Amino acid sequence: MWVLLKGGHVIDPAQGIDKAADVLIRDGRIAEIGKIDVQSLNSDPGEVYDIAGKVVTPGLIDVHVHLREPGEEHKETIATGAAAAAAGGFTSILAMPNTKTAPDNRAVVEYVLSQGKRTPINVLACCAMTKGMEGKEMAELGDMFDAGAVAVSDDGYPVQNALVMRRVMEYASMLGIPALVHCEDKHLSADGIMNEGITSTIVGLRGIPAAAEVSMVERNIMLGELTGCHVHIQHVSCAGSVDAMRRAKARGLKVTCETCPQYFTLTDEALVDYDTNTKVNPPLRTSADVEAVKAGLADGTIDIIATDHAPHSAEDKEVEMTIASFGMVGLETALPLVITKLVNEGTLTLSQAIEKLTIAPAKLLGLNAGTLTEGAPADITILDPGAEVIVDSSSFKSMGRNTPFNGWKLKGAVAATIVGGTFAYGQLSPVGEKCEVLSR
Amino acid sequence: MNKLDRKDILGLQDMTQSEIQLILDTAISMKEILNRPVKKVPTLRGKTVCTLFYEPSTRTRTSFEVAAKTLSADVSSIAAATSAIVKGESFKDTLLTLQAMGVDLFIIRHQSGGAPHFAARTVKSHVINAGDGMHEHPTQGLLDMLTMLEEKGRLDGLVVTVVGDILHSRVARSNLWGLTKMGATVRLAGPKTLLPPEVDKLPVEVYSNIDEAIEGADIVNVLRIQLERMNSGFFPSVREYAKLFGINKERLRRAKPDVTLMHPGPMNRGVEITPDVADGEFSVITDQVTNGVAVRMALLYLLLGGGSNVGTA
Repeated sequence: MWVLLKGGHVIDPAQGIDKAADVLIRDGRIAEIGKIDVQSLNSDPGEVYDIAGKVVTPGLIDVHVHLREPGEEHKETIATGAAAAAAGGFTSILAMPNTKTAPDNRAVVEYVLSQGKRTPINVLACCAMTKGMEGKEMAELGDMFDAGAVAVSDDGYPVQNALVMRRVMEYASMLGIPALVHCEDKHLSADGIMNEGITSTIVGLRGIPAAAEVSMVERNIMLGELTGCHVHIQHVSCAGSVDAMRRAKARGLKVTCETCPQYFTLTDEALVDYDTNTKVNPPLRTSADVEAVKAGLADGTIDIIATDHAPHSAEDKEVEMTIASFGMVGLETALPLVITKLVNEGTLTLSQAIEKLTIAPAKLLGLNAGTLTEGAPADITILDPGAEVIVDSSSFKSMGRNTPFNGWKLKGAVAATIVGGTFAYGQLSPVGEKCEVLSR
Repeated sequence: MNKLDRKDILGLQDMTQSEIQLILDTAISMKEILNRPVKKVPTLRGKTVCTLFYEPSTRTRTSFEVAAKTLSADVSSIAAATSAIVKGESFKDTLLTLQAMGVDLFIIRHQSGGAPHFAARTVKSHVINAGDGMHEHPTQGLLDMLTMLEEKGRLDGLVVTVVGDILHSRVARSNLWGLTKMGATVRLAGPKTLLPPEVDKLPVEVYSNIDEAIEGADIVNVLRIQLERMNSGFFPSVREYAKLFGINKERLRRAKPDVTLMHPGPMNRGVEITPDVADGEFSVITDQVTNGVAVRMALLYLLLGGGSNVGTA
């Protein structure tokens, strides 16, 4: 069984490919990229799709997704989160561990993976660093790694105690998996709910200074150096963190980091209308921070673009700012925001942007994905970068409707998402040649 | 201009100079009613006003109630502690329930900044912000301005020093927006721990030396220091605060000889203000309370009132 994607433009940063080419998929794997003649494939049945005008990339990978299952299935389930991911062009997603029952033991990791297998995409598990995510005692990282966890994270409940973090990093380093760290000094952020600065002063909401993030970025970089652990800084939001990462990389340390579309798109001034969908952690920062994040993306300091997809129910968001939950959904808006805000506005080329959404996250997690190399699993995203998209949260596959981008006009649509050679999302229909080929 | 062309009063930041002028002019007319032997006019007969308070309050709530009753509106008062809110009812459901009972105007106090904005989006009724978190307290700002206007005959060109816990103060924020729009100079003064982040980017002068802040001031507006702030580590002790930032007779001599002393209340005598100053010749603290009723009557009238001319009724 084969599938031919004909007439598209292929971008595969891992191989340095950025050209018009056909893509042949055979038995769920990439078979060939180049000029491919349908007539040469007539020995067995297959399908041909005419994708002229569209861009073919490796399937997008999101290393930062909250799926809420187990425990908060009224916000999102692994199934709905995976459907949202597929609609957003993602073929692999990493489930963060701050579920109610956290994956701090083998059973929960296995549960997440088994639920993930029922979805059309690859759902990967990230285990908790500490028991109950309390930041006190290390969880059974070795056993969870054995069960299939590909990373360890304290996202949502950042480990404050440096000694605990050191031990976790030593274990992660021993297992050869990265430590994905949410950098926040909880004493300094206290009960803050937005970026600290002139805007928080004006709107009268408690601030979270950038220093609460940067100080922990610096600490975790140092602990990574101490332990030899691959430290990956999650959701970089501010200039100070970009600067810390740039210095760490210049010193040759084993560090990577990600940012999210909200941090290169919005500033804290989005909070002046008290829209709880703009309440995220880390908070939206200033325009100077947005520029620093873009500069970090452009010069390679920021390796990865992730979403921090954080679905919440209306009851968690249609409330006062002080008690509203942190977070916004992101899977179904990430790609158009990347294309509109980074590519079309000149920060990154499309190929550079795709790199941060494919091979870079694949490398972080040690996945055999993120590239269209011959023999690799046929995880593919087909894009229409010029197509206009009007964000409509009511049509999201995610159960979460909590986006500040509802109604935004953006550029860049996902035409189809293919996982292991099978369509996980998309309306493409095969051209007539299919029948012709099949009839032989 | 004799009617406010807006549904809600959420803050002074988004108000124009002419709107503020209209409210102050209307309040002066309202004050005349309060001086009558029979303090009641039928202007808002048939209108229902609801005070919805999620934080404790004596003067603001009573002031709104007196204002509404003087204008013959029906008033219901809801305090979070004794309502279905303690049963877990959300703010949204509470608002929709009360709106369904025919409330024409909500007066809302809430510990969360932006709660009145949320209410204004949620209900069709009018909303007046009676203090939201650390954001604004517009009626306090207006009554402060009315008091200054009465004392000095003008707002333009006045030097107003606001002293104390600026960080947590919605009164300071409403003062600064209102007064700067009306042409006054606003100085904010307090310990560095109680000054808001990047406050110097606002159109104000910022001081941590209280004596410098008071020098030549026309008005000194003293804010209440909440004693729980000390427990959260914002300042080391009440004793030291009073010494460094407390307003006493000697300090007040640095201001203009005819300085006016104000305090939004409730006072901590002996902490932010000495008793002799609070009760002394420069103090207009009780006048502020009376003006509070007048300003709130003005707002209720301007938002709810029909054509009837209460000014001369």
